[in-house]
Amino acid sequence: MAIPIRVKVNGQVEALEVAPDESLLSMLRERLDLTGAKEGCNEGECGACVVLLDGKAVNACLVLAAEADGHEVTTIEGLGRPGALHPLQKAFLAHQAVQCGFCTPGMIMTALSLLLENPAPTEEEVRTAISGNLCRCTGYRQILDAVQAAAQEMRAGAQGRRP
Amino acid sequence: MQERLDYRKAHSVEEALTLFQDLPRSRYMAGGTDLLPRARGSGQAPSRLVDIKGIPELSRIEELPSGDLRIGAAVSVAAVAAHPTVRQRFSALSLCASALGSYPLRNRATVVGNICNASPCADTAAALLCLDATVLCVGPAGPRRIPIHEFFVGPGQTSLASGELALAVEIPAASAGGRAELGRLSRRQGVDIATVAVLLSVLPQRSPRHRVALLSVAPTPRRASEAETLLDQRGPSAANAAAEAAMAAARPIDDVRGTAAYRREMVGVLLTRAVRALGAA
Ligand SMILES: Cc1cc2nc3c(=O)[nH]c(=O)nc-3n(C[C@H](O)[C@H](O)[C@H](O)COP(=O)(O)OP(=O)(O)OC[C@H]3O[C@@H](n4cnc5c(N)ncnc54)[C@H](O)[C@@H]3O)c2cc1C
Ligand code: FES
Ligand code: FES
Repeated sequence: MAIPIRVKVNGQVEALEVAPDESLLSMLRERLDLTGAKEGCNEGECGACVVLLDGKAVNACLVLAAEADGHEVTTIEGLGRPGALHPLQKAFLAHQAVQCGFCTPGMIMTALSLLLENPAPTEEEVRTAISGNLCRCTGYRQILDAVQAAAQEMRAGAQGRRP
Repeated sequence: MQERLDYRKAHSVEEALTLFQDLPRSRYMAGGTDLLPRARGSGQAPSRLVDIKGIPELSRIEELPSGDLRIGAAVSVAAVAAHPTVRQRFSALSLCASALGSYPLRNRATVVGNICNASPCADTAAALLCLDATVLCVGPAGPRRIPIHEFFVGPGQTSLASGELALAVEIPAASAGGRAELGRLSRRQGVDIATVAVLLSVLPQRSPRHRVALLSVAPTPRRASEAETLLDQRGPSAANAAAEAAMAAARPIDDVRGTAAYRREMVGVLLTRAVRALGAA
């Protein structure tokens, strides 16, 4: 009953055979060893599993691996490398928006999806976007600040003011 | 989820109907945000999921020459909430779609899936009831149109026959314009379903002009027509009487999110607030 799929993950095409009941989250974690996206609740409540599917934030626990066939997935591992972090990753570090880190990959992917749609969100819009992502450590203030700082840097980058 | 689950992606409406008929326990799947957690939780997974997101004609929002708006069954809640026509002409729907779930969930969940799931708390149902929408569907017996007022039968139950596929929901041009106010209480802002919600919408071209929909206080989402009549007759000064009428129309139950008494009380409070907000605007 394995289903053959082709899915682009972080820019690389993967040809896999997945089980019909396998979630995109477990495919990423168990088959591809991309353990950035976390399983918090497995029912859409916590946001720890958020990845981009065709550029939009989705709860990977609520998507079947088979549904990703022919689509493009971006995980936190696809964003930056040590020494060449994405503006969101840099801003999360700079603003101490990470404590235990369990929520961080989902938070960053949710924020990225928002900034791709809306490069200059208000604080209210950021709050709305991350309201499906639970953080039990930071109290959210640092996360809101980090997202705004990253947004600013990404806008500056888009205007070519950065090298 | 059950081991012998079968996932099939349909590429046309005909293929979806055939895939469904092939196996006794099939379900159509749009966003899967209701279906997948339920299949996992209960151990009674449907034996086949027929994914309808690969059907191009279901993936569109179209403005028809008549001015009616047609929303395909595979269109996400997020796309509906953000659609310029929905925001300008049918703001009640944009308001309710924005209130559903979380941002990543709205990217996946569909409006048609929301009504087919037929939960008493279905956020977009409140708007579609007020806007006099129609559900377009097709099944082994052919196509038909179901007025939204006849669509909800009970918790989780619609008037769709077995194997019938909802293709789209249509909102008539005559429901365009006007204003809407949503009062919605939930345990957690931004993710949880409504413990109780009241949508008030005022449609200038319609009779009654005032529309009141109630969520999570009856076996199905429902309108409170006596409250509507009172508001049409006497305007904002009927707020208290309308609140009483809406409370009388509620048939709430006790559950983990709240008691029946609380829900009934809140129907009155939320409607009074909504009347005040719209009256003052
Ligand atoms: C964490 C979380 C929070 C949520 N919060 C809310 C909330 O605040 N408000 C709310 O209203 N809901 C909420 N939901 C429920 C759910 O997300 C919505 O009901 C959503 O709109 C369902 O759409 P879907 O496309 O994912 O449906 P699916 O899960 O794909 O389908 C739902 C049901 O409808 C049937 N169906 C789907 N499409 C069709 C079709 N075209 N023809 C015939 N039958 C069809 C399916 O067989 C299934 O029975 C929440 C869910 C989760 C997991
Ligand atoms: S693990 Fe997906 S939302 Fe919690
Ligand atoms: S940093 Fe620990 S949950 Fe957010």
